[in-house]
Amino acid sequence: MNNADKTLSVRRREPLTDTQLLLTITICIFVGMYVLAMMIWGGGFKKPQMLFDMLNDNAYLIIISCGLTIVMITGSIDISVGGVTALVAMVGVMILNGNLGLFGGLQAALGLSDQWRIVFAFVMSLLIGLAFGLVQGYLIAHLEIQPFIITLAGMFFARGMITIVSVDPQKAPQSLMDILQTRIEIPWLGSPNKKGVMIPARMEIGVVIALVIVVLVFLLLRKHRLGRSFYAVGGNRQSALMLGVNVRKTRFMAHLLCGFLSGIAGFVFMMHTGAGNATNATAAEMNAIASSIIGGTLLTGGVGNVIGTFFGVLTLSTIKSIVTTSGLRDPWWQSITTGAMLCFFILLQSLVLMRRGKKKSSK
Amino acid sequence: MNKNTKGSALANYSQLLVPLIAILLLVIFNLFRDPSFFSVGITTNNNGDPVLQGNLISILNGASELVILSMGMTLVTAASGGQDISVGALAAIAGSVFVKVLKSQGGAISPVLVVGAFLLCCAVAMAFGAFNGALVSVFNIQPMIATLILFTCGRSIAYWINGGATPTISSPIISAIGSFVPGMPVPTPILIVILMGIFFALLFRFTTLGLYIQTVGINQGAARLNGINAVGIKLLSFILLGACCSVAGMIGVSRLGLINHETLLINIEMDAILAVAIGGNSLGGGKFRMLGSVLGAYAIQALTITLYAMKVPSTDVKAYKAVVIVLLVVMGSPKVKETVERLRKRAGGKRPAGAGKEAA
Repeated sequence: MNNADKTLSVRRREPLTDTQLLLTITICIFVGMYVLAMMIWGGGFKKPQMLFDMLNDNAYLIIISCGLTIVMITGSIDISVGGVTALVAMVGVMILNGNLGLFGGLQAALGLSDQWRIVFAFVMSLLIGLAFGLVQGYLIAHLEIQPFIITLAGMFFARGMITIVSVDPQKAPQSLMDILQTRIEIPWLGSPNKKGVMIPARMEIGVVIALVIVVLVFLLLRKHRLGRSFYAVGGNRQSALMLGVNVRKTRFMAHLLCGFLSGIAGFVFMMHTGAGNATNATAAEMNAIASSIIGGTLLTGGVGNVIGTFFGVLTLSTIKSIVTTSGLRDPWWQSITTGAMLCFFILLQSLVLMRRGKKKSSK
Repeated sequence: MNKNTKGSALANYSQLLVPLIAILLLVIFNLFRDPSFFSVGITTNNNGDPVLQGNLISILNGASELVILSMGMTLVTAASGGQDISVGALAAIAGSVFVKVLKSQGGAISPVLVVGAFLLCCAVAMAFGAFNGALVSVFNIQPMIATLILFTCGRSIAYWINGGATPTISSPIISAIGSFVPGMPVPTPILIVILMGIFFALLFRFTTLGLYIQTVGINQGAARLNGINAVGIKLLSFILLGACCSVAGMIGVSRLGLINHETLLINIEMDAILAVAIGGNSLGGGKFRMLGSVLGAYAIQALTITLYAMKVPSTDVKAYKAVVIVLLVVMGSPKVKETVERLRKRAGGKRPAGAGKEAA
């Protein structure tokens, strides 16, 4: 009770914590940017479908970024996520095609029907993701090797395995893709097309999965003991250890969760594209890191919010679509504006942190 | 525990152990696999000059850009405790500027123009390095995050500089930089690496820069209190890395005779960081040994060439590389070392003579 009173009084004095401040800024900028785009370019931006398209295209990125946010909160990093996603997508497509070497034989022996193949692909996705998380987590948390090196090796391994599994790009059979790409229609958010016929807004199943994961991770970070220890370990490992947090287990769990989520992301990616390709999800890890940063997660650890990450992904894709609609059609503008935007957010964060540092030292 | 007092000379070199062991293992492996792997021959090239040829030369030659970048990366890592992930993009920008200047005079490429082009691309790369450095040192942003900006848009800037084209250049001077100077049997990139090595060796021998960088990396606050300009040192390390990027970019462009912003030195940032880590330098900053990084870079290149020689498809090389990297890092990890030490001690308890040897 006493403790609760104390936190309340602290809150009253300082209305916003860093996490909340950064989160508020991100959401404001996203909403402001979107409204501005609606006013200037109207057209596509006024249709809710635009937002849903963004979600459809980036569902996998949202899931990856959630995992990365967890890892970043513990003060670690995982750059293997993009590679794992691409590998999972490739293996998933091969399973749907029934031509994945040993597994193809296994499937034939079991006589799997189409629906079971999808289940099998999903289970394999989770297993691959878990395997990456398990190995990387063990090496990082228990052998105390620098996470950058291990996950870099993880990325190399995943990217190399894709071409070992199949050199040629693969495409899933259409009959199965029809099942996977079932869209949820939302009539009341629809908009009339050129002929005046109402087209309902469409959302893919992957988006639902992504949203559920965002909520689950949010609850984990906010309410669960493990989630709180992520923050503790990221904030100050030494004090966390002294407070009785199992630092090793916590870091291990963060990487395990991240790997698991990249496995799911790979399956969602496959649901969206239906294709396995060595160049799938290129630079997804850097996009995910950028989204997390825009969302207010600090790479130093201890500060971060998964809701911010979600808006970070949306902000990134809004920038990209604004650039394409605003007539800057040269291919280089998209990434140059993204870079400039990133620069802005990073400087903003730095200023917020410096302000905090000054406050602390003045106290 | 007694590392600092006892056998300090040995401790100084112990960090070179991992890259040396890696190279040694690769050498032994290759000797067993194919003894002719290391044969160095002399052939005549298209210009009729005798030149050295063989896997060993192609390892030394191919690693040139990586070695140069890992030299700069070592400084940045030591001073700031983080890594620059934009080196590949920065090299692409430098290469684009280099080609742009060479193209500006309508095809005629004189030695003066090449020197001017190099100086300009060096200046541009150093300016971008200063941008990264300012973000890191003045604004206190983590290096990986600060350089993520240039990583995201650097290759696009290179594309922009060239106006959306991949121009080619052909001139005897450019091919002399990229392959062989007439009359010199050793590939020019190797010579450039040696020059860079001498430059850094002299820099550390005759200035206190090396010491200052380590001090800033170990404890920035303490360095500042001792009168070292910590912000300036960090900035300087990034500017030096920018210069390294421009040299690497120039070599890369000269090798191919064209600038392709998408593929020039692609993914090299990862290899450069890896070289620093394999070289036994802490990625958290502080003490560093540039020789370790250089050996690490050669080990990485040797591994790649070995895999190519084993007819592994170029797209699959990454997977095998990853396995070797993990094995190397696990071998060098403090926990494994501790366990080995404990096992040794246990064995030493039974045989005191062995323990005595270890202590000496």
